[in-house]
Amino acid sequence: MVGYTVEKEYQGMIDAYEKAGGDKRVLETKDVAKLVVHENRVLANDPIKGLKIDTEETKSGVKVNFTVAKGTKVPHPVHLCFGLLPKEGLQEIIMKVDAQDNSQVSVIAHCIFPNAVKVIHKMDADIEIGANARFDYKETHYHGEDGGIEVIPKAKVRVNKGGVWQSTFALSQGMVGKLDYDFEVVCLEKAVAELTVKAYGKGNDDIKIVEKIYLNGTGARGLAKSRLVLGDKARAEVRGETYGNAPYARGHVDCMELVNGTEAVAVAIPIVSVTNDKAKVTHEAAIGSIDRKQVETLMARGLDEDRAVDVIVKGILR
Amino acid sequence: MLDVEKLQLTLNGKPIINDFSLHVDKGEIHGILGENGTGKTTVANLIMGTNNYKPTAGKMTFEGQDISGLSVSQRAQRGITLAWQEPARVEGLTVRDYLALSSHNGQADQLERFLLMVGLEPAQYMDRDIDATLSGGERKRIELASVLAMRPKLAILDEPDSGIDIVALPRLLNGIIEMNRQGASVLLITHSERVAAIAHRVSILCAGTIIRTGPAAESSQWFKNNCLTCPHINEPEH
Repeated sequence: MVGYTVEKEYQGMIDAYEKAGGDKRVLETKDVAKLVVHENRVLANDPIKGLKIDTEETKSGVKVNFTVAKGTKVPHPVHLCFGLLPKEGLQEIIMKVDAQDNSQVSVIAHCIFPNAVKVIHKMDADIEIGANARFDYKETHYHGEDGGIEVIPKAKVRVNKGGVWQSTFALSQGMVGKLDYDFEVVCLEKAVAELTVKAYGKGNDDIKIVEKIYLNGTGARGLAKSRLVLGDKARAEVRGETYGNAPYARGHVDCMELVNGTEAVAVAIPIVSVTNDKAKVTHEAAIGSIDRKQVETLMARGLDEDRAVDVIVKGILR
Repeated sequence: MLDVEKLQLTLNGKPIINDFSLHVDKGEIHGILGENGTGKTTVANLIMGTNNYKPTAGKMTFEGQDISGLSVSQRAQRGITLAWQEPARVEGLTVRDYLALSSHNGQADQLERFLLMVGLEPAQYMDRDIDATLSGGERKRIELASVLAMRPKLAILDEPDSGIDIVALPRLLNGIIEMNRQGASVLLITHSERVAAIAHRVSILCAGTIIRTGPAAESSQWFKNNCLTCPHINEPEH
């Protein structure tokens, strides 16, 4: 974008991150690995020993190859910072992750779109978790109040023997806009996958969540969890799918959607399937309003009704 | 402090609270003793304004001001609060957050003191969520701690002893007495004579009507002699 220098862009991203409640000191710490991408420009790339982050700028975004070497235990969370400061634009992140055998890493992705009026943010990830490796991934979005953003995160994850994939996607600050989330995980022998999505839909937000877990290895375990709160005219459809295809596979789908008001619409579609007689997959889905007694409990301590609802929503999405 | 005059509540054509009158003095622990189904929890809801209960007749004033038309929050902001018989679970809300909200952001050491007053170890509880991982008794004590944290002028405690084991009960009662010493009036709703014993005065409730008010020992004895053996629950004419 004309008028943006690298330094200004970087400072703009850091400032927006801090304004959204983040601690910018983390991004300025030397021994913390980080990648900062504004639109299609890599503003910072600070890997550490055992962690390699290769990037390639494309016309509409960035290709990222993220490799954690065999046996590497990354001591501090790695911070990925993606975003767009202008009102309009497109950012496509194509990510390939290779967490090699026995490695361990925690990744925190901050996606910052404070001014979005007409923005598309896409992520297409291909993720391989090695044997006995552990990958914790937390993606938090910071949006502005215009809701003019389309977020399309898609990932295919393969967790090898004894590996662990744990991800949390949170979008509760600012307007969601349009969210089309689709994560699919295949678990091999004794592998574990836990997918969690949390979102707070308001205005005319349109949310579509698909969480799929294939438990294909003996003793594999999976949890597909979602927590959504919807107000105004927001709409959400959550599809949690878990397939138990191997002996002693254990899976659970846990979906809770709360509707605040009369015009929001929530749909939950849990799908559980078992093709092995020693596998077990369960589900629970609840759609309802915010519990009146919870609200009155906080009101009886002096909070007004809006604040009480806000506290409860934040608790659910915490 | 609290004056309730000839309160009535009719639900689905059925009278629940009838001609209910009560006066709670400033600094008083006032007990309401009644068997199950006599309207104790309904009285608590009417005074607090919760559960969407609105009296069909009667008057409620607090410190001389009519509170009948006030919201739950407005009543709380005037100093009235309620500890529920079955406290709500709030996923994602920690005990620390709950006490801080109740105390309007009190200091950490003060929050810890409120937990200690109800016999809970802060290190074990402060960062726990108020959810199904807590037992009923733990939630009751946290509920009372949140009332203590609020420093209300009038605390309505609905069956504070239910779900509390015999070892923890004295600590809980001490917490109530301490709250009273610090200036709060207490409306203590119970069916236990042991709990009612800490009250200055006790009123007996039957069929949504106060049928007797007197010193705690005297009223409790009367309750024991008449209500516990009465085959005519909710028939005050007997």
